[in-house]
Amino acid sequence: MSTTPHRHEAPPANKGLLALAGVLLAIPIVALLLVGTYAKDEPRVFGFPFFIWYQFVWVVLCSALTYTAYRIVLKARPHVPMSREGDSFDDDITREDGLR
Amino acid sequence: MTAIAPSLAPAVAPAADTGGVNGVALTVLIFFFVIVAGAGFWAARWRRPESMESLEEWGLGGRSFGTWITWFLLGGDLYTAYTFVAVPAAMWAFGAVNGFFAVPYTIILYPIIFVFMSRLWSVSHRHGYVTPADFVEGRSGSRVLSLAVAVTGFLATMPYIALQLVGIQAVLEVAGVGGGNNWVAKDLPLFIAFLVLALYTYTSGLRAPAIIAFVKDILIYLVIIVAVIYLPSKVGGWGHVFDSAKEKMTTTTNPATGNPNVFIPGPKAYWAYGTLALGSALALFMYPHSITATLSAKSRNTIRKNASILPAYSFLLGLLALLGWVAIAAGTKPVGLDGKVNGQLVIPQLFEDMFPSWFAGVAFAAIAIGALVPAAIMSIAAANTFTRNIYKAWIKPDATVQQEAKVSKLTSLVVKAFALIFVLTLDKSNAINFQLLGGIWILQTFPALVFYLYTRWFHRWALLAGWAVGMVYGTVAAYNVTNKATGAPFAGSVANMPLIGQLGYIAVTAFAINVVVAAILTLVLRAAKAPEGKDATIPADYFAEAGDPRVEKLPVGPHELTPSA
Repeated sequence: MSTTPHRHEAPPANKGLLALAGVLLAIPIVALLLVGTYAKDEPRVFGFPFFIWYQFVWVVLCSALTYTAYRIVLKARPHVPMSREGDSFDDDITREDGLR
Repeated sequence: MTAIAPSLAPAVAPAADTGGVNGVALTVLIFFFVIVAGAGFWAARWRRPESMESLEEWGLGGRSFGTWITWFLLGGDLYTAYTFVAVPAAMWAFGAVNGFFAVPYTIILYPIIFVFMSRLWSVSHRHGYVTPADFVEGRSGSRVLSLAVAVTGFLATMPYIALQLVGIQAVLEVAGVGGGNNWVAKDLPLFIAFLVLALYTYTSGLRAPAIIAFVKDILIYLVIIVAVIYLPSKVGGWGHVFDSAKEKMTTTTNPATGNPNVFIPGPKAYWAYGTLALGSALALFMYPHSITATLSAKSRNTIRKNASILPAYSFLLGLLALLGWVAIAAGTKPVGLDGKVNGQLVIPQLFEDMFPSWFAGVAFAAIAIGALVPAAIMSIAAANTFTRNIYKAWIKPDATVQQEAKVSKLTSLVVKAFALIFVLTLDKSNAINFQLLGGIWILQTFPALVFYLYTRWFHRWALLAGWAVGMVYGTVAAYNVTNKATGAPFAGSVANMPLIGQLGYIAVTAFAINVVVAAILTLVLRAAKAPEGKDATIPADYFAEAGDPRVEKLPVGPHELTPSA
């Protein structure tokens, strides 16, 4: 971790994990905007046209992907409490304590 | 939730069966209404604060709602009665592009809000922001840009509240009351319903819809699940339902647009379907009422957790949309008390035809209560917007917290009264037209709100100019969509997209123009060294969690409009 004071900065984050979460979130958006890939009647399942049941499947997939992204984001950027003044994060107030 | 239902053109009805008053169903409906009204007044005591006299408490429920309450509240807020009436109505009348786009819309909605809503929660928590325009003012230092966001939010929300009344009206009409020529018999039930709603919203604030949302959502789930299991078996199974829908959709055209109706979108409708879904998803959380429900959560991650469990409602909405096609197979005739075909009545009519009276009553209650929750939250959000961003920002900068709450409570009454007058005196199609415009307008606030959560690269004046251009373009483009049958403007929300040359959602085109204008003008203004506004926030604000300290409000000086951070 950097030794420079990170007042006014964001808490440290694992950029790779954040990017992975971003990809997981983008998948359902891209899939559903490609309307041509699913605008068809066959194959039907229990009488439901492909167009209909495919989108229902995405409700479940999207929910699962979003939850996975949530777990990843929590890991990628764990919360760092703020100092009492709220202008820096607690991992550097120990260093500043003597100066106050 | 935006439902794109261009005026469902009433055709001349065949021999009308008005049915008369359905006593059992009406009794059940009134029973649930009384329960809900009691719960609404009791809500003021729920998680009772020391004082209700602040926007934090009255307008945001003390920012105290956990994951499950937020789930019910947001579900109750976003999936409105009008959605439940209009989406299947659009499926029944025009097919998949007008109706079923609501499903991809409410799927991609959640990954989108996952990304930015927690940042908005954090910065709002730190600075005590109650409305989106509060944030825009703090971030941009521009009162005018903030006013633009506030006015847009207010204007877009008003017709939305009015449409909730249309949802209640549809139910009452099918139950056999609220129609006819006698003024008292026609409008009194609606008037009473809204008066009670106004009173408990006034006393309990956001706590009232939070409590009522439990009742609403449970009833809705119950009704829809029963309906999708029971109804298809009565009309010959799902296969027959889809075949009937296919036959109707491939042999009819939309009289308003002259386009053929749609069973499954053909290549010419891909852009329309996709842009309707995308534009609506981007727009939904720009509405003040969505943000109110989000900011009332007690932690930064509540909204993210909710993004993965709220799709349960999308599943429900999809099933509900299909009931519009079940009604085709069932041969439902949605004829109003005035003897005309009214597509908005198709779902209540289907329920009345197919269910025993008492369960039809439960279904009517689900829809009517479904109107009360969003109407309450919308009026609170509109009132907060007025109070913070017009009253406090421009009229009385030194208003105290108590005065803010007072003004907000009164405004919530005025807003509802206005919605009632709007629906009772004007033709319903006006509310629908304005709602359609509202969806286009509200998306134009996206750059100011969401881009600012990440960057101050865009110049505040450029964002303002982009917003203005987007608003004008969107309004003109929507006006120019004329009804081929009647010649009336605002006949739909899709128009030819420049460059792409396909039909697409006007809001998305306007949004693209908005962003391009904002980007170009930013470069120009930077080159001209136009003054930057003062940013009241720091990067750390965007990651704050519930336990983190909040920015103390300093006394506001005469020249300083936001207390400094």
